[in-house]
Amino acid sequence: MKKLINSPENVVHEALEGMVAAHADLIKVQFDPTFIMRADAPVKNKVAIISGGGSGHEPMHGGFVGRGMLDAACPGAVFTSPTPDQMQAATKAVDSGKGTLLIVKNYTGDVMNFELAADLVRADGGQVESVIIDDDVAVKDSTWTAGRRGVGATILAEKICGAAAEAGQSLAEVRDLCQKVNAQGRSMGMALTSCTVPHVGKPTFDLPEDEIEFGVGIHGEPGRTRMKLKPADEIVEMLMEPIISDLPYKSGDEVLLFVNGLGGTPQIELYIIYRKALEVAKRAGLKVTRNLVGSYITSLEMAGTSITLLKLDHQLTPLWDAPVLTSALRWGL
Amino acid sequence: MKQFKQEPPSLNLEPPTRIDRQMVQRWMAFFGSQIASFESELTALDSAIGDGDHGVNMRRGLYAVNQALDGTEVPDICGPFRVISTTLLSSVGGASGPLYGTFFLQCSHFAPHKSELSLADFTAAVDGGCRGVMHLGKAAGGDKTMVDTLLAAVSSLRRSASRHLSLQEALETCAKTTLEAARSTIPMVARKGRASYLGERSAGHLDPGALSASLLFESLSCALFPTSFRIAQPTTASTLNPASL
Repeated sequence: MKKLINSPENVVHEALEGMVAAHADLIKVQFDPTFIMRADAPVKNKVAIISGGGSGHEPMHGGFVGRGMLDAACPGAVFTSPTPDQMQAATKAVDSGKGTLLIVKNYTGDVMNFELAADLVRADGGQVESVIIDDDVAVKDSTWTAGRRGVGATILAEKICGAAAEAGQSLAEVRDLCQKVNAQGRSMGMALTSCTVPHVGKPTFDLPEDEIEFGVGIHGEPGRTRMKLKPADEIVEMLMEPIISDLPYKSGDEVLLFVNGLGGTPQIELYIIYRKALEVAKRAGLKVTRNLVGSYITSLEMAGTSITLLKLDHQLTPLWDAPVLTSALRWGL
Repeated sequence: MKQFKQEPPSLNLEPPTRIDRQMVQRWMAFFGSQIASFESELTALDSAIGDGDHGVNMRRGLYAVNQALDGTEVPDICGPFRVISTTLLSSVGGASGPLYGTFFLQCSHFAPHKSELSLADFTAAVDGGCRGVMHLGKAAGGDKTMVDTLLAAVSSLRRSASRHLSLQEALETCAKTTLEAARSTIPMVARKGRASYLGERSAGHLDPGALSASLLFESLSCALFPTSFRIAQPTTASTLNPASL
């Protein structure tokens, strides 16, 4: 294992120390139980939005804490969900009295820990709602599996719900909006290489030099299939097809096209992906009116990409455009 | 501070017939050391069909549990169960934290508030724990999870209780049965948790949660009865694969 770390046990703690030092104007960090919160939280008369999950996906979620997005983020150990006491403490710290929305990615551990956290907050008299994001079309959605995983649509939901909360919408409204983003978003990813979890010390899976894992999860979960490496354009066609066919996008629909890097893929390759994805979307009659290209949901140093399409409308587009000021995403301010 | 009656050190070599809170503490110490010796095995099994964090998460949790139990003074057996539960919930993370945390929380609800548990009391506690895990994880027997082990533990303990077996016989039988139950997950296709993403590809692998749960019952038997045959030995993961069984 070749990593710029001091010791596997201290990875998350030391990263958070550095993060808060770099962005003291935006965030505060609490330890034991650990969470990142907006420096100015609780924000009066605003629904609080909290997300969280295993570390190793940076900038998600801590990088999205700030004005117009998350009020708090709860980081677990690398690729391990946070614990209920973290969400409970974070809720206490950022809830202004208008209630809290928990945005949860659909992974067994995350769902259970957030569910227990919501129970704890309710037992304390807090008002809390949860929305589970499951936009990964790589997984068959059936009662025989844990269901689709939460990937790219997560940060789109965090941005859009953050804007709605900032605009003074109620907890029920923000929750419904989050469900809508999840219902209108679809994602699919692929990996060129595996990643190495620091405390494990060796790659999560073996992938021969000339092969790719198609439909990979953000923790290196196996995908739909393994195949020989192909040119970028062919890979993009293969990623876009199941996304477009899964949600009946209609010709003329306005969409947001999000091309995400998994951590080890340079921006130059992401633009090659975006160029082709845009072409495929146009061919399907979709109007790409907004986009995001960059590494926002990563799997440590994994090389690869994921593509997310979100159907936009008169409600979602202005919320996407609304000002945001976080360490990883900022515009309009 | 409230003083509890301190039994003089016993020279009685009779095997125990009831489970008291010191035994629960010894149980967790044993479980912690078993988890530590099986860490790389659990990691290997979890890397094959999950995300590879089960070993390290459980080791961190059991370390915290043993720290927390040290010096805890509690009047009845439910006290340590609650301490174990809240500690696991706040230290393990992943799916195992809530699941093991719920197991012990429900054990504390279903165990009678006594200072010692009979075999029947303990069976009721484990049964309650198992049902709590099934409810939270929405899992049933045959889904290739720790539930397969827990259900085997409940039925084994029930059978032993109805046959009026001694605590030692009951726990040793339970340890053997649960290890077999863990092994029975090998051919199963996972329907819950991260392994379910693999579909048919999950068959042929031992479920790491089912294995750690079997270590839980093996540890109890070994902690109470030092003469108990140590059944599960740390090996390399390959030896737990079907070809070598």
